[in-house]
Formats: sequence, structure tokens, C-alpha cells
Amino acid sequence: QHGRVKIKSTAQQEEEKRKEREKKLKAYVSARDGILKKRSAGEHDEEALQLTQQLLSSNPDFATLWNYRREVLLHLETLREKDEVQKLYESELHFIEACLKVNPKSYGCWHHRSWVNTRLPQPDWTRELGLCDRCLSLDERNFHCWDYRRVVVKESGVSVEQELQFTDHLIGSNFSNYSSWHYRSTLLPQLHPQPVPDSAPNAKYELAHNAFFTDPNDQSAWFYYRWLLGRAEREEMISCVYVSREGERVSVAFSKPVHVKGLMLVLDGQPQQVQWRSAHPRFRHSPVWVSFTSASPSSFTSSKCKRLCHVLGSAESWCRDSATDQELFRSELSVEKSSVLQAELQSCNQLLELEPQNKWCLLTIILLMRALDPLGHEKETLAHFQTLKEVDPMRSSYYSDLCSKFLIENTILKMEYAEVRVFSLSDKNLTILCHLDQLLFVTHINLSSNQLLRLPPQFAMLQCLEVLEADDNAIESLEGLYHLPKLEEVSLRNNRILFSKKSKCFIRNPFSGVRASA
Amino acid sequence: MARISQIEGNFQFRERSQWWSVTVLSVCVHFPGLTESVIAAACSRVGQSVLHLDRRNYYAGNWASFTFNGLLSWIEEYKVIYFYHFHSDTSLCKLYQLNKIASKCYLLCVIYSEEEEETKAPLTSFQPVNAETVSEETNGDSTEAQDTVTGDDAMATDAKTPNEEHEVSEPKEEQHTSDISEPSQSQEEKEPQLISSPADPPVEVEKKITYQKLVKEGRRFNIDLVSKLMYSRGALVDLLIKSNVSRYAEFKNIGRILTYSNGKVEQVPCSRADVFASKQLTVVEKRMLMKFLTFCLDFEQHPEEYQGMTPCKPFREFLKNKKLTENLQDFVLHSIAMVTQQTLTEEGLKATQHFLRCLGRYGNTPFLFPLYGLGEIPQCFCRMCAVFGGIYCLRHSVQCLVVDKAANKVKAVIDTRGQRISCSHFVVEDSYIRDEQRQSTAYRQISRAVLITDRSVLPSESDQQISLVTIPPLEPSAPAVRMVELCSSSMTCMPGTYLVHLTCSSSGTAQEDLAPVVSQLFHVSTIPGEEPSEEERSKPAVLWVMYFNMRDTSALDSSSYSLPSNVHVCTGPDGSLCSDYSIKLAESVFHHILPDEEFCPPAPNPEDIIYDGDGPQAEGPGFDESTNTEADKSQAEEEGAAHEKSPSTESSEPAEMDSVTQQAPSDTTPPSEE
Repeated sequence: QHGRVKIKSTAQQEEEKRKEREKKLKAYVSARDGILKKRSAGEHDEEALQLTQQLLSSNPDFATLWNYRREVLLHLETLREKDEVQKLYESELHFIEACLKVNPKSYGCWHHRSWVNTRLPQPDWTRELGLCDRCLSLDERNFHCWDYRRVVVKESGVSVEQELQFTDHLIGSNFSNYSSWHYRSTLLPQLHPQPVPDSAPNAKYELAHNAFFTDPNDQSAWFYYRWLLGRAEREEMISCVYVSREGERVSVAFSKPVHVKGLMLVLDGQPQQVQWRSAHPRFRHSPVWVSFTSASPSSFTSSKCKRLCHVLGSAESWCRDSATDQELFRSELSVEKSSVLQAELQSCNQLLELEPQNKWCLLTIILLMRALDPLGHEKETLAHFQTLKEVDPMRSSYYSDLCSKFLIENTILKMEYAEVRVFSLSDKNLTILCHLDQLLFVTHINLSSNQLLRLPPQFAMLQCLEVLEADDNAIESLEGLYHLPKLEEVSLRNNRILFSKKSKCFIRNPFSGVRASA
Repeated sequence: MARISQIEGNFQFRERSQWWSVTVLSVCVHFPGLTESVIAAACSRVGQSVLHLDRRNYYAGNWASFTFNGLLSWIEEYKVIYFYHFHSDTSLCKLYQLNKIASKCYLLCVIYSEEEEETKAPLTSFQPVNAETVSEETNGDSTEAQDTVTGDDAMATDAKTPNEEHEVSEPKEEQHTSDISEPSQSQEEKEPQLISSPADPPVEVEKKITYQKLVKEGRRFNIDLVSKLMYSRGALVDLLIKSNVSRYAEFKNIGRILTYSNGKVEQVPCSRADVFASKQLTVVEKRMLMKFLTFCLDFEQHPEEYQGMTPCKPFREFLKNKKLTENLQDFVLHSIAMVTQQTLTEEGLKATQHFLRCLGRYGNTPFLFPLYGLGEIPQCFCRMCAVFGGIYCLRHSVQCLVVDKAANKVKAVIDTRGQRISCSHFVVEDSYIRDEQRQSTAYRQISRAVLITDRSVLPSESDQQISLVTIPPLEPSAPAVRMVELCSSSMTCMPGTYLVHLTCSSSGTAQEDLAPVVSQLFHVSTIPGEEPSEEERSKPAVLWVMYFNMRDTSALDSSSYSLPSNVHVCTGPDGSLCSDYSIKLAESVFHHILPDEEFCPPAPNPEDIIYDGDGPQAEGPGFDESTNTEADKSQAEEEGAAHEKSPSTESSEPAEMDSVTQQAPSDTTPPSEE
């Protein structure tokens, strides 16, 4: 042990550290109390700045102190010349930089910085941009800094092209960067408000290709890619109108859930005062609205759209768009032309060959196939769903639901083409029901041998439903069955219905002519 | 006692009271390179007293970094061949000092940059130097002179006086000394291509960096004799972190890894970001490469993937089997695994894995480089050693060892001034060992070239990047060449230039091995006044070049020498890219010396050290000099080493001491430094 350096033991060091901490705490608490007293006394002087500076530089998250500083600064501003104000705020910026080094994710700091820049007579935006760049190079996902950067960019008028280059740069150094990808998705529409036809068609996909071929398990690029392929909003419109003389009802279906405040029913040129109610009392917003009126309307006007309907003298009549698959369900990926989608599908299939187990790739392929030709690709789609459930069992229910949705869409399309009012989807492993608003006219539904857990409230949109078969499911709740005016026959064999008071009531209560079998 | 005072005169002691402590050393390290420095630091750290002796006037031996001017004088010095050979009686072990760098050295320097004023005449002020020392041929017998040519006249003459008095006989072979420059001259004439053939056409010259400028800015250069990089999870980095030695140095990331294929330099995609950004790879290649690299990262978990390939199928074949494209195979083989065509699968996989594990720790490549050159690293360990009491002595050498024949142990060393310094272990670099002490003399050679160029081989957005360039063999028989291009922000060259190191295992002279690569990648003007072609002009121009060979003794181990058991030989730098070999060697030597001690435990923070002046319990001279005498005395008694102790602490020759101090480089760490 000769000649060895003697070192303090861990216990000694701990003890020293503890004492040090205690001392610090004492100083901190007394300084804090001093400042708060000063603030309540309404003192707005240089000393207040100094005191708060001391505390904030060790704890920049003390929001009250930032507020106090702002009060002081606003007060001092009134007392000084413009040059001095500039200096005052510039030194404030320097101080904030020091605080950001302590905690680069301090809400208080970044907020105060934005505020100072609004007060600064001559803000130096270039410098601020430089600060952001430096912060983002240290932590490319610091969302405080991203937020601040957006402010700076807006104020200093950096061009969209430059910003796009900046995201390129960040993505280049690490492409697992949601912030950058997202920023791109906000910049691109600014750069090209309308999708530019055929201007280097593949250029903008290349970046995403590079990312997901390099690391197909990184979801950030996949999300961006799906955004790129387009998610068109469906336009709000009245998609169909159904009039039943017999039931003295008018049902209106919209392209998406709405609240019908401004919906007017005009009958033979005369506006009618009618009460609208949604398909199920639970929905404030619903795609289907019903009103009771004895007369047949000829035209509907809502705030956004208008629809004419000629009702002839039959018991019931309707008018609707001859819906194409495009309009109905392609909203997921629809912006691009099908030639582009086709090319993208090829790229993804190429990746799938290399990575047959990759869930992101499988899912994207399914979406592309649906956008291109949902019926033509149905078989492949189902096979891919099967693989997805195997490789990603944690999300198998999600995939089942999605698959159900697509199957229902396909069945609706087939029904449209066949122009029938019978909807049959038995033995397809359905787990949920959706798009029920599209089934306004359907009279017969067969949902037997699926895995449905309930008949949801949306079921009430099936205004014309007469016969429902839903045997061999796992249905527990029948919430959606209560508001079906024309229902005559229900078959619910082999389900798991929980007979609450209400449902018993339903069984007893003879909706005239309903034959229930459960 | 005159002798002892002599020692004091040469050692830079601040405290007279401890001047003699060097005579009771635990460990004497001679001729320190990286391995020796690490051993010294490790020993010093756990309380051993350590003396470093180095005949040269710079640190780190073959691991040294030179300024440009320093390198020029090193080359000058090189024209003369040094051999030490001491006659001694049977009780003394002969130490035979070979040439500093290599037994066979072939050195060629050519200046291609031109002086601004002289627009026509090629610069001839600096003749190509071609020094060939031929130790194999001379076979150790035609040994030539020594001290007098070390460039340290004062010490050399000093050294003689005590030598004569001492039992060790003085070197006798002085008669050959004067001959040496002539053979090397004639050698030069034999090879006409070596004659300096500078100069770009005058038209181009205006902005060019001239040789004068290089000399003038010479201090900005730190030119390493060894060219290596540090794997960010390699043994050296781990040791630097563990021991806290890292605090003495700064590092820079290697920015990119390049390769030369199909006549052009291109970036090797090795990290995720590189693969993503690569423009040369198709998306499918990107996937294949990433898939392969991901597999390599934990290849042990998937033995089924490579079972068929082990144990004897080459890695290359495995890559082919994995359906990597030709392009990707080259990338993986040459630039990522950095192995040869013959390397076996498992070794290749391990090399790839190591590379990948080092990625991302400090940046997008697996490598670090110390600012101011690789020579910093041994110095950092020297500093650590000094902080814990190690003593350094440059321009001071050991003549021979005093051996206890019965025990087969070294008891003491005799320095060039005839001083006897007791020690319990003696660590020495391989090049000091005479051939008689070798069981085998098989060693390889490394071919090296150092270039100063005017721009990067692959200009990019940032001109301040360090690049590693792997150059697959140009012909199947040729060795793969490794090239490191250092930018000026690495503090190894002046702004506006790049310092380029080329390394490969020798198959001929350095020039034969490397000149073809240099002419492929750089513009080397051969005929004065010739207009370079368009193609040539697109390449970086060589301003200065030097070729030399180095001995690679890393294949030798302790069984290769017949030496006393407490003499530890450290082989010089090996030819690999990393220093792991030297670090592992240092660790094993350390455990041999001190089996029960920890290797380089973390150095304490200065504030955690207790300064209580507890007599022998206190720390080494680095912290408390006054108590050191006691400590050493007791230690010496314990070891029972037979040596003279001088009670005197007063005798000294201040004048001489001063002169030595002045000559020593300013960065010499005195023992009392804190």
C-alpha cells in the first residue's frame, strides 16, 4: 500500500455532498421567500431581476419567477430609452440561453424567449434561427425548440424551400425523427398547394422509400409515406334521402356525421318546420337524420349542400348517388393517380419479398390495394390480414376490426352493383359493424356466424330493416335494435345476450309483428 | 558518489531530497511507446515507483508525433544509423539497440510544392532522403555508433566520463560511424526515380502552398509515425475512460468511411444514416445490407445462418451465399470488416460485429481520433504516470542490465553515464533487444507513406472531416491499403492542407507498395513544367511525400526472447487499424509484474484526495514530495534490493541540471507537477 494516493471513502463523499445540498437548499429557500415578498410588495427594480436570475439559473422551471421578471421588464421598459430597452432585452436573451443549458426542455424558458422577442425593438431572427439549429442538432426531437422554431420561421420569413432543406438535413442525420417528417408534411402542401401532376412523380416518395427499405421497422417514415399517398377528406354532402309515406318519415343520410342545425326541408317550394332527430338518441352528430312529416319533400337544403328529390306516389321512395367505390371508401389513399399508386404498390411488394414478416409493409400494401381495386384484391388482402395477425398478435384485434370494415365495404359495393336491398355477410369473422349509414335502404341483413359482440347504436340507421339474422355470434348487447321502425324478424340464436331489464322489455313489448328468436 | 550526483544532474528534480529515489525503482521502463507508457501509468497508479528512460528527446518512440520541422530533423537524423553494442563481462546482459524505427528502413521524401518566387526551377533545396539501414545484412555485427550521433552532444559527452570509470566497457565500434552517409547516398543514385521531381507548371502555382510555407507553418503539423484510429468500443477507449486518462486529451470523430473502387472514391454506407442517404445503392441493396449488418450485430444468436460456413470457408464466400451484390460484398469485406479475401467466416463476422458495435457511440462512424495526433495518447499515460510519481528522463539511455544469474533476474540497470539504478522490473521495447536474445527473429514489416495534400480525396459540404479510406488491393497479389486523411481541425496539419497517412503490410519497400496507390488517388507531378491532364487536375495535388518501412514485431511474444524473467519486452506498434493489441499486451505485462493489483483503476478526482501528510502513508511525489523519501526507503528495504544508498541529499551540479532542463521539451512532466 506504499505510495498510494489516499482517497476519501464513499461515505465521506456522500456526507460532504449531503451537507452541500443542505446548504444549497437553505440558500434557495431564503432567496425564494425574499423574491416572493418583494413581488407582493410590488417592487419592480433591477434588484428583482438579479434575484430572480440567481434562482432561475439553477431552476429554470419556476414559472412564477418568469412572470415576475416579465412584470419587472414591462415596468423598466417604460422608464428607458429605446436603445437601453434593446440592451435590456438582449441581455435577457443571453440569460435565457444560460437557463436553456440547464434545462433545454423548460417550458418557462422557451415561452419567455418568445415573449422577449415580441418586446425586442429589433429582434435578431437570424441569431434565433441559429440557436434553434444548434438546439436541434443536440436533440432533434426537442419539441419546445420545434415550436419556437416555427415562431421564428414565421417571423423572419424563411422560405419554405429552405425549411424543406432543413428537414432533409435532419432526416439525413437520423431518419427516426417524427418531428422532421411531420414538419415536411406541413411544408409540402405550402410548396405545392395542388398536387403537381407528373413533376418527377417518384421524387417525393424516394425519401420515404430510402427510409423504409433501410429500416422497415421504423414507423416514422411509414406514417409520412401514408400521408404522402393522401388521405382525402370526404366532402360533406347529402348522400341519400329516403321518404316513407307509410311511416310518414323522411330520412336523410350525409356523407359524414353532422349536426343538422341548418337542415331545411322544402316541400313543393315551401319550407317546412320539422323536428329532426338523429338515428339514435345517443348521437348528437350522426350521418342519418329522421324527421316525421306527413308530406313528401321535394328538396333539402342544409348550410352546405342542397339536394332535390322527386317523390312519386308510391309508398316509399328514395334518391341517392349511384355510389362508386371511389367515392365511398377510397378516402384512405386517394390523392394520387392510380398509376402512381400502382408503382408504389410494386415498391412495397418488392420490400415484402425481402421482409415477408414486416407489419408496416403488409399494412401499407393492404391500403394500396384497397385504393386501387378493393374487390379485385380482396383475396390477397385477406391473406395479408392473416399474416399480420400472426406477426403482430398484440394488435390482432385491430387487424380484425380493420378487416371487418373492409369486408363490409366490399359487400356494400357488391350490393350496389347488384342493386339489391339484401346485405349478406355471414361466416366472415366480422368483429365490428361499420358503414351502417350506407345501408339505409337495406331490408334483409344476414350476419350469422361471425364474431360480433354487439349490435351497436348505429344499427338504428337501418331505417328499412325488416329481417335480421345474427345467429352464432357472441352478441351481448342489442342496443341498436330499439329504434328500427320496420323490423319484423330477428334471429339471434346461439349468442351471449345479457338480459337486462331493457332487453326483457324488448322481448315482451310486441313491436307488432316482430318475431324474435333468441 | 560522484556517479550518483551525475544522475541527479540529469534528472529533473525539483526536490533535492528525493534525487536518489530513482535508484530504488520498482519498475524501470525503457524506450516507452504506447504499451510501455500504459504499463508505467498502471504501475505508478497503484503506488509503484517508475522511472522512464528514453534516449530520444521526444516522447512515445515509434508512436511519436512530429511537427513538420521535427519530422525533417528526424529524417536528417535517419541518414545515420545507430547501433548500440556494449561489450560486457559475463555478469552483464548485453543490450543491443537497434535502429529506432526498423531494421530495414527505406525513407524517401519528395517535395512537390514549389516556391512562389522561383517559377521555373523545381525546388531542390530539400533532397530526397533515402536511408537504408540493413540490419539483417549487417547481422548485428557491423554495429555502428551511438551516443555521439543522438543529436545531444552535451549528454553524449557527459556520458562518456562515467562510462570509462565504470565496469561497463564503452562501445567500441565507433570506427564505422563516418561511413554511413555514403552508402545511403549511393543508394539514392541507384534509383533514379527517387530524385526529386517536383513542380506543377508555373501557371498553376500562384495559390499553391509552397514548401517554404510548410516549413514556416511546420508547428501546425503533428505527423504520426504510426497511423491508427480508435474504435469507440475498443480496448484503448475503454481504458482511457476507465482510468480517467481521457481527461488529458480531446478527440474528434472520424466523419466518413470511404473506399476506392472502379477508379473513384466513394462513401461506404456503414451506419443506418449512411445507408439511408446513400445514392449509390438501390433500395433493395439498402435492405440487403441493413439486413446483413443487423444479423452480424448478434450473429452468435443465429448459428444456423452461418453454420455451413465455419470453420474453414472464407468470409467472402459467406457474403456471396448471403446474396449480397458484388458491390455490397466489397463494402463489407474491405471497409466494414476490413479483412482479406482469405479471412474465415467467423473471424469476418466478429470483425463486422466489432465495427457495428462501435457505431453510434460517438458518431456515425465507429472511430475516434485524438486531436494533435496519435502521439498524444502515450503522452497522456505518461502524464498519468507522472501525476502518481513516475519520473521521466529523455535523452537518457540504459547501457546494460545487472543480472543475478542464479535467480535469472535483473537487479539493476546501468545507464549511459554508468549509473547503477536498482529496479525490480525492467520493461523495454522490442527494438532494444539484441538478436542474440531472440529465439526467433520472424517479424513482418509495415509500409507507410505520409503525404501532405492540398485538398480532400472526396470534397464534400464540410471540408473538416477525417476520412478513413480503405483501398482494396489494386492487383490480387498486392496488399490492401488503409488510408487516413486528416483535416486541419484535427490539429495535425495547417489549414488548407490535408495530412494523409497510408499503411499496409509490406511486400516490398514502402514506395513499391504504396506509390501505385498514391498515383491513382493523387496528382503527383513527375516532369517539371508538364501540364497536368484534366483528370490529374481533378485529383488532390501532393505537396510533400515520405515513404518508410516500419518493423511490426507484434507476432513475437515472451517466448521469443531469452531474457531474465523480470525483463518485459513490449513489441512495437502493429499494422492493424486499432491499438487494442498494444493495450492488451500492456495489461498482460502489468499482471505479470503485479499479479494482485487492479489494472488502471479510475484516478480519483482532485477534490477527493486527502492531503494529511501522514508520513509513508501519503501519496507519491506527485502530491507530496517531502514524504517520498521515507516511502521509498521502506519500500526499498522490503524489496531487499542490494544497492548503494546515498545519505547525501545535497550534492548537485546546478549548471548541468539547468542545461538538461532547457533541452528537454517543455512538455516534460516533472515529478512534482500536480
